[in-house]
Amino acid sequence: MAKIKLSTERCKGCFLCMSVCPKGAISPAGVLGEKGYEIIKVDEEKCIQCGSCFRMCPDYVFEIE
Amino acid sequence: MKCIVPNGVNTEAHIGWCPGCGHGIVCRLVAEAAQELGIEEKIIMVEDVACGEFAQNVLKYNSVGAAHGRPIITAAGVKRVRPDAVVIAHPGDGSAYSIGMESTIHCALRNENILALVVNNSVFGMTGGQMSPETLPGMKTTSSPAGRDPEKNGNPFDVTKTLAQFDIAYLARGAVDSPANVIKTGKMIKKALQKQLNGEGFCLVEVLSPCPTNWNKTPVDALKFMKEQQEKYFELGEFVDKGGK
Amino acid sequence: MAKVLMKGNEAFAEACLRAGCRFFSGYPITPQTEILEYMSWRMAEVGGQFIQTESEVAGINMLFGAACCGARALTTSSGPGFSLKQEGISYLCGNDIPAVIADVMRIGSGLGDIFQGQGDYWQLTRGGGHGDYRTIVLAPASVQENADLAYQAFDLAEKYRHPVLVGSDAAIGQMVEPVELPEMKEHDINTYDWAIAPRKEGEEQKVIWNTYYTIGADAYMEYLKDKYARMEAEEQRWESVQTEDAEVVLVAYGISSRISKAAVKKARAQGIKLGLIRPITLWPFPRKAFDALGDQVKGFLSVEMSILGQMADDVKLAIDNRRPVEVYGEFANVPSEDVILERVQGILKKY
Repeated sequence: MAKIKLSTERCKGCFLCMSVCPKGAISPAGVLGEKGYEIIKVDEEKCIQCGSCFRMCPDYVFEIE
Repeated sequence: MKCIVPNGVNTEAHIGWCPGCGHGIVCRLVAEAAQELGIEEKIIMVEDVACGEFAQNVLKYNSVGAAHGRPIITAAGVKRVRPDAVVIAHPGDGSAYSIGMESTIHCALRNENILALVVNNSVFGMTGGQMSPETLPGMKTTSSPAGRDPEKNGNPFDVTKTLAQFDIAYLARGAVDSPANVIKTGKMIKKALQKQLNGEGFCLVEVLSPCPTNWNKTPVDALKFMKEQQEKYFELGEFVDKGGK
Repeated sequence: MAKVLMKGNEAFAEACLRAGCRFFSGYPITPQTEILEYMSWRMAEVGGQFIQTESEVAGINMLFGAACCGARALTTSSGPGFSLKQEGISYLCGNDIPAVIADVMRIGSGLGDIFQGQGDYWQLTRGGGHGDYRTIVLAPASVQENADLAYQAFDLAEKYRHPVLVGSDAAIGQMVEPVELPEMKEHDINTYDWAIAPRKEGEEQKVIWNTYYTIGADAYMEYLKDKYARMEAEEQRWESVQTEDAEVVLVAYGISSRISKAAVKKARAQGIKLGLIRPITLWPFPRKAFDALGDQVKGFLSVEMSILGQMADDVKLAIDNRRPVEVYGEFANVPSEDVILERVQGILKKY
């Protein structure tokens, strides 16, 4: 099964991923990441592995195997 | 769908851009195109000073840091003596269309066999968001605090209307405002690199890119601004697409 | 090899090609243009790249790209055009990139005029662009020397990873003299590890950027001081003429030195003990030539085609202000032998 891999240590909390996710699977995690910004979390139940987040993320947080 | 960060991107590097900046996406597209074409070893990036320069950390390719406004002419110099390399000049809009305009035009006239990858965020980003040639009419910047006034400052420069008349290999404009446009922009970059490999000549791909920091917007609102304003002014698409020589 | 009759600018261009220069980018400006014209047909014969660029700024920045890749690269200009090259020369220095740039000097600031001049001395020797740098500056005084120094300039540039400037002038560039040209050699663009090229298998990323970024500010300070100290120690070049017993020493380079040499001969015939130091490197200035002088020297006369006496500054520094230094500065005309002798008599009377 395809799996989404997150590298949230690089996340700068821009939330572009959230704005383009067609399933609303991405939301703010409510915690600050290593860069000092509020990072995101993914609801894997909702994720359809479409790759939209991967394409819009400027910081290479997402990979889908 | 498999979505893996391409080999050419160094994720361990310091990725120095502001949150929501489009530069990181553009770098990924370059690395994907290079990987798909199997030319990663051949790439020589010619960077500008300012925000785009961080690509020297993020992309693993050999690279030359040119003076501000000079990546296109410097890239032409690289290509002339390294014809086996695939050479990408990586200026912003201020660089390519303001201080470096003469060489943007003349490298196109000479049909230099390079890719000019112009990241257009409609401001001078690194210096703090001053008006650039691509600042939209009415758009407020630190050097046009009342908004760009075409009466005083003229209208933004549209490269697709100018170079479309030139005998060059490729001219296109993409945007990184949505997953669909990101995919299209990636295809443009890949096509341009293929044309360079074919020896077809000068390719210019302009990429509309958000600068949330200097637009004084959240990253998500910046994308909205791109769709509603920037893309209304700057048409997306392919404008010159000549076949091989 | 037999001597041929050539114009100074053309001999310079041919010698550059024979040194392995295979890249030229430049823009027309009198009195340099023959170099560009010569390169326009001759470069193709040797398989190199000639580009008449849209401006001098484009010329130097295109050269920058070629030079970063290890090519022996040349750009040339004069006066107003040479001012436009300064951006690129500063970048070459900041990034430790070798290249050769010629300034065939003309007169005046602003437009000035196309006659021979030496008013770019300060710009050539002080680092005409921004930042903390100088460059080696070679000053030919004949067509032969124009060729010889062109040939050596590329080796010098690569020895230090630093641009080398050749400061000739309209007279040296335009005059026709017999010249023995050096042997043709090829330069391998892959000679140096630092040169940017497509990556070989398993090779690490190479980035050319400001050296200060690469090694850090503290290391850079030491690196830079050492680099300039080496150039000053090893590269001073000059010609001394009858200085052993000279009571007055002329200091002159380029076209002015030729007249000065004739003045020395004339003075000696009149029993005046006159000598000449002819700097061949304007930077590093040949201090060693001055260190070798005896105590009999009463004063110096800097003979140069600049009204304000630019080189005279360096003469004063070279002798640590221990003797009087006077200036005979010309503008639109080459210096006159008679005026030189008058001024020498004056110095002998005064001091």
